[in-house]
Amino acid sequence: MARRRSGIHGREGIAGWLFTAPMIIIVGLFLLVPVVMAFWVSLTNWTGNVDPFGGGPNAAFVGAKNYTSLFLTDGLTRSTFMQSIGNTFYYVLLVVPLQTAVSLGLALVVNNKLLKGKGFFRTAFYFPSVTSSIAISTVFLFLFSNTGAVNALLRFVGVDGPQWFSDSRGLLHIVFGWFGTGDNPSWGQGDIFGRSLWDWLSGPSVALCVIIFLAVWTTTGTFMLMFLAALQDLPVEVDEAAALDGVTWWQKVRLVTIPMMRPAIFLVTTLGLIGTWQVFDQIYVMGKGSPAGTTMTPAFLSYSQSFGSLHYGTGAAMAFIVFLIIVVLTWFQRRLMDEDRVPWRTRRRLARAASLRQDSTRVAAGSIR
Amino acid sequence: MTSRHARRSSVALALAAAGTLALTACGGGGGGFSSQSTATQKAGPANLKIMIGSSGDAETAAVKAAADSWAKKSGNTVEVIAASDLGQQLGQAFAGGTPPDVFYTDASRIGDFAKAGNLYAYGDQVKDAGFLPSLVQTFTYDGKLQCAPKDYSTLGLVINTDLWAKAGLTDADIPKDWAGLETVAKKLTKGKVTGLVLGNDINRGGAFMVQAGGWVMSKDGTKVTADTPQNLAGLAEMKKMMSAGSLKYMTDTNPATGWGGEALGKGVAAMTIEGNWIRGALTKDFPTIKTKVVELPAGPAGKGTLLFSNCWGIAAKSAHQGQAVDLVKSLTSVDQQMAFAKAFGVMPSTQEGAKKFAETYPADAAFAAGGQYAQGPVNAAGFDPVMSAFNSKMATLSKGGDAKAMLAELQKNGDAALKGN
Repeated sequence: MARRRSGIHGREGIAGWLFTAPMIIIVGLFLLVPVVMAFWVSLTNWTGNVDPFGGGPNAAFVGAKNYTSLFLTDGLTRSTFMQSIGNTFYYVLLVVPLQTAVSLGLALVVNNKLLKGKGFFRTAFYFPSVTSSIAISTVFLFLFSNTGAVNALLRFVGVDGPQWFSDSRGLLHIVFGWFGTGDNPSWGQGDIFGRSLWDWLSGPSVALCVIIFLAVWTTTGTFMLMFLAALQDLPVEVDEAAALDGVTWWQKVRLVTIPMMRPAIFLVTTLGLIGTWQVFDQIYVMGKGSPAGTTMTPAFLSYSQSFGSLHYGTGAAMAFIVFLIIVVLTWFQRRLMDEDRVPWRTRRRLARAASLRQDSTRVAAGSIR
Repeated sequence: MTSRHARRSSVALALAAAGTLALTACGGGGGGFSSQSTATQKAGPANLKIMIGSSGDAETAAVKAAADSWAKKSGNTVEVIAASDLGQQLGQAFAGGTPPDVFYTDASRIGDFAKAGNLYAYGDQVKDAGFLPSLVQTFTYDGKLQCAPKDYSTLGLVINTDLWAKAGLTDADIPKDWAGLETVAKKLTKGKVTGLVLGNDINRGGAFMVQAGGWVMSKDGTKVTADTPQNLAGLAEMKKMMSAGSLKYMTDTNPATGWGGEALGKGVAAMTIEGNWIRGALTKDFPTIKTKVVELPAGPAGKGTLLFSNCWGIAAKSAHQGQAVDLVKSLTSVDQQMAFAKAFGVMPSTQEGAKKFAETYPADAAFAAGGQYAQGPVNAAGFDPVMSAFNSKMATLSKGGDAKAMLAELQKNGDAALKGN
């Protein structure tokens, strides 16, 4: 039996390298090398003036001091950094589930066989995703201003809308207030990394909620398209079988469609997690962290520490800490969602059994003695 | 067979050539960082670059005209760049190693820039120009005058003369102290109109702190003096007038406004505390409002106001420092500064210039007089986040904020920032 050619041979290898070389060079030059440089800067106290690779008093190597001081040194930098982490945590907690649910719902609606004008609706829902985020943020600034359209609409239905961008009260604090908890109670005084427990439990501020609305509205379009592609890939026979079994529309969605969409949901939540931790444009346009630092995010704080306060080392350290947080969160999320994942020990056992079977087949065929 | 071989190798060759071309586009052109050699001052015609953060076309045109006239006289060339985001572009330029020779530097950035080694401290070469002492103090860091002040603005009490007259007040009632201010503000508060409307941060309310004899930093800039009874007295006076209803932050008026000038223009404020820029803004947006500017009333420690200023910073990495100093000397001459005053309304930074300004524009004499006793912004390094944290706390003063607690927090953060945290 002639052995089948497999693998890469000769010219195919060279051709492969030639085709991938431009991308490798571009990614290497503009992504990998700057990341390594930034990591070096995060280990120094560079102030932006001299060569960061040349040493000297304004670019001295300080080791992990930038990282540890962000967690251990009492000061304004640490408390602002912790506040930004807290803000982004609530932001992610609200945005990722909301955008997944809304985009899935929109995809189900647009995929409906009975809907006329699918193309129009697809375009309309996708449009915010391709518009410049700066333009949308500026429009939202006007919409949610104290005398803007949103407050006018709320007044029309008799509700006195808040001063959206000046209100720094956290939502959880407002809810606590309904249950009679005063401001800054004694049980909330425990110090976690420089912020009191009461501060950590503040929830997103009213101003941050505007940015949450903006994020959900802008990103549902892209994810709706991903869900639409996955929906159109689903086999029709399964739907027909479900219809024969006599399920209602909601039961079908819950028990048949969503389980089959697991890979797409996994993709959307992962992208959502990564994207929400990096929010910058909206913060830059809509207040740069005000009111009272409740819309500050680590990405923006890293920028303002570096280019504003000229502490490039601290800014770079913040960026790498956020990178680590994203990696850990996505790893967790993968563990949670990847049900096809075979446990490691079982995989090893299966691999060993497979190789044993292969050997016994070859012995039987006579190629090994 | 051979033709396919030949085609494949020619395709490979074409790809390699294209890749190399792309690489040459990436490389070259300012790659790497410039060495730390000392600035060389070449003889002969130099090409200087000025980067400004312009307030509009009038300012850009005025600076260009001034630079061109010096260039013609001295035989050098000057290029004026109006930055769209001065802070960010300067930061990029410093990090890239080729900063502009001359650039606007705000007083609050002096410490950060000087500490990072971005500035060439040429103050002793221009000391005899007769700059106002308050400006010299504002731009002195680490015992050295870092740059020549280019102009300044101060805060004054801007009064709506129609509402003033309607309340039956005359020139004799112009407040000279805190008690007088309380009386007239109360008289002017009627219905929707609040007597005095302020901006909600230290850049306006800080005037009260200065009038009470306190400030965030000590006079020599080495100690933080935030948590003092004088500062507390200043904030307490603001709180007193707020409870009486005669003083409001601009966000608390009905309808809420963006700054004191807008409150004055929309008729929800009878008086406000603002700087020179209010003239241009009122003429543009609210031309029907008639105003009068007087000096701020004195507090327990005497007269006090705040000043805001920029200076002509010269880059430490500039290769033409000698020529740059010469350019700055010509830009800070009395005639040149009066030309700037005429073009976009700023006040000259020299004693002689300020006197001439007060004579030529008597309506703005109160602003000019403030320069004698004004307090400049905090110029220590690393204080930007500290001051913005204090500003967000100060904005809560009208809603029951604790003045002592916010001053204590400012003291704590300020001490940490001075130590380098």
